[in-house]
Amino acid sequence: MELAIIFFLQVCRIAVPYLLTSLGATYSERSGVINLALEGLMLIGAFGATIGQFYTGSALVGVVVAIALGLVFAALHALVTVTFKANQIVSGIALNILAVGLTKFFLRALFGSASNSGRIAGIEVPMILLDPIFLFALIAIPLSHLFFFKTPFGLRLRAVGENAEAAATLGISVPVTRYQAVLISGALAAIAGAFLAFQQHSFTDGMIAGRGYISLAAMIIGKWLPLGAATASVLFASAEALQLNLQSDAIPTQLVQSLPYLVTLLVLVGFIGKSVPPREIGKPFEK
Amino acid sequence: MTAHIRTLIGYVLISVIAINCSSKKTDKDEKGEKFKSGLVFDVGGRGDKSFNDAAFRGVEMAKEKFGIGYEYIEPGEGADREAALRQLSSQSDIAIIIGAGFIFTDDITAVAKEFPNKKYVCIDYSVDTSKSIPENLAAITFREEEGSFLVGALAAMVSKTGVIGFVGGMDSPLIRKFQKGYENGAKQVRPDVKVITGYAGLTGEGFKNPAKGKELALSQYNQNADVIYHASGITGLGVFEAAREKSRLVIGVDMNQENEAKTPDGKTFVLTSMVKVVDEVVLNEIGNVKNGTFKGGHKVLGLAEKGVDYIYNDVNRYLISDSVRTAVEELRRKIIQGEIKPM
Repeated sequence: MELAIIFFLQVCRIAVPYLLTSLGATYSERSGVINLALEGLMLIGAFGATIGQFYTGSALVGVVVAIALGLVFAALHALVTVTFKANQIVSGIALNILAVGLTKFFLRALFGSASNSGRIAGIEVPMILLDPIFLFALIAIPLSHLFFFKTPFGLRLRAVGENAEAAATLGISVPVTRYQAVLISGALAAIAGAFLAFQQHSFTDGMIAGRGYISLAAMIIGKWLPLGAATASVLFASAEALQLNLQSDAIPTQLVQSLPYLVTLLVLVGFIGKSVPPREIGKPFEK
Repeated sequence: MTAHIRTLIGYVLISVIAINCSSKKTDKDEKGEKFKSGLVFDVGGRGDKSFNDAAFRGVEMAKEKFGIGYEYIEPGEGADREAALRQLSSQSDIAIIIGAGFIFTDDITAVAKEFPNKKYVCIDYSVDTSKSIPENLAAITFREEEGSFLVGALAAMVSKTGVIGFVGGMDSPLIRKFQKGYENGAKQVRPDVKVITGYAGLTGEGFKNPAKGKELALSQYNQNADVIYHASGITGLGVFEAAREKSRLVIGVDMNQENEAKTPDGKTFVLTSMVKVVDEVVLNEIGNVKNGTFKGGHKVLGLAEKGVDYIYNDVNRYLISDSVRTAVEELRRKIIQGEIKPM
């Protein structure tokens, strides 16, 4: 029983970044903008949270700085892809590389190290279930579901992703909607990054380690639905936690370590069925 | 047309550089003394508080001690390590080029063959018996298993639960050496000890994932391990974080990492660190070039050569009793004399 609880808590800790980021990605992609910049957004968020808390001592300021940087970065993605109609995949990849370079540069400038920042207190809670960011994720998922399917704004957002021209003829501003969606995605990914930095009590170079891409996969497996993305995120986190605990000399590590990916493949072909993206995803809107 | 002009300019530039180099080279040979060392960093780059910083300290020490200046290049993530090596090699005032990390093995071997007049040092060279090592390349490897053996014995003796852990970065033959030495050392002094092992990944990313390092370490602490040895680069920072959270012990690697996990009252959770004296090696090789005693080939440094060691100082003395210290020193003697094989 005790082991089960420990395992459950571990899954929660691992899942939070996936939950928030894949949820954010749902917004962006539903509006028709592919967001491959998630990895970079998380990294910039982690960095923002670290410097915010390092210089003020307040975790709240850390989160605010993280969100602010996430918004700036996401706005850049929106500017390039929505306003200037550049290729969304290229922009996302470019932003990821930019985030790696920028964080490394400022890491050295501010902390004199290429590997990690000074120590921050993070959010001191006795366990993950009381962590404000965890609770925020828990609330944000059902709220997003309601938002997408029960509010006019959600309907418009989906309409823009499915058929931008039709939406535009009905008086919906496609660029404004897409900007909003990409910004929400940036803020959520940045909060996910902040969570990682707080857990780690510092920023370390490249600390996201592919979690942005896993979140993207979770969103796709979740069929571009908030609840689906959340389920997939928890699934990935469970597989990862299982993998951490199963490692021993009895089974080759290579086999155990491939477990999360194996689960992904099995779920993808076995249970999900056809995963259909929004119709106009990746297409810039021309009036 | 423009392409032709560009090619032409390229050729002119190359020949100018070539002429420059050769003329300066003779100049330097006559004076004998004046040269610089060149350093190319591994992926982690300068400021990684580990391997790269140790190599950098080596060239700095050479500057203080011998007055030999240095230049360095950080190739970053890409594959331009070879270009960086070649760039330093083509500078006439640089006589010795150091590549820090096993990742340089192939590049530095190739470049060393092209520049037979320069001297090269590769730290953690990945030796391939089917290929020869150029005469002007000092290929340095360490017997990590020997140092790991000692810290393994130390961990097993200090452990109250009889369970100890190991967190590796990338699952690779190099890190397996650390693990095997550690396990064998622990079993040597305490045959019934249980060693839990975990690796963060199968690629180089395994060295850069502190969040995963923390979860791996927490899992091991939850399985009653009370000491964890990490050989995982930046991933290890997560292991230190877990140690602090659980108030358990941890063993550092490569450098003295005693400051990475402090107790609330300023003591350390770092039982010891298994160190490789990369800085001394770099200093020595630069000194060899200065004195004209540089020798290429494969050099293996273990406990006997003081290439690897473990930290025992005022900071961690409170964690290691005199009897434990004596026992570990006895093991050191036996390894040096060949009475015990760490692997």
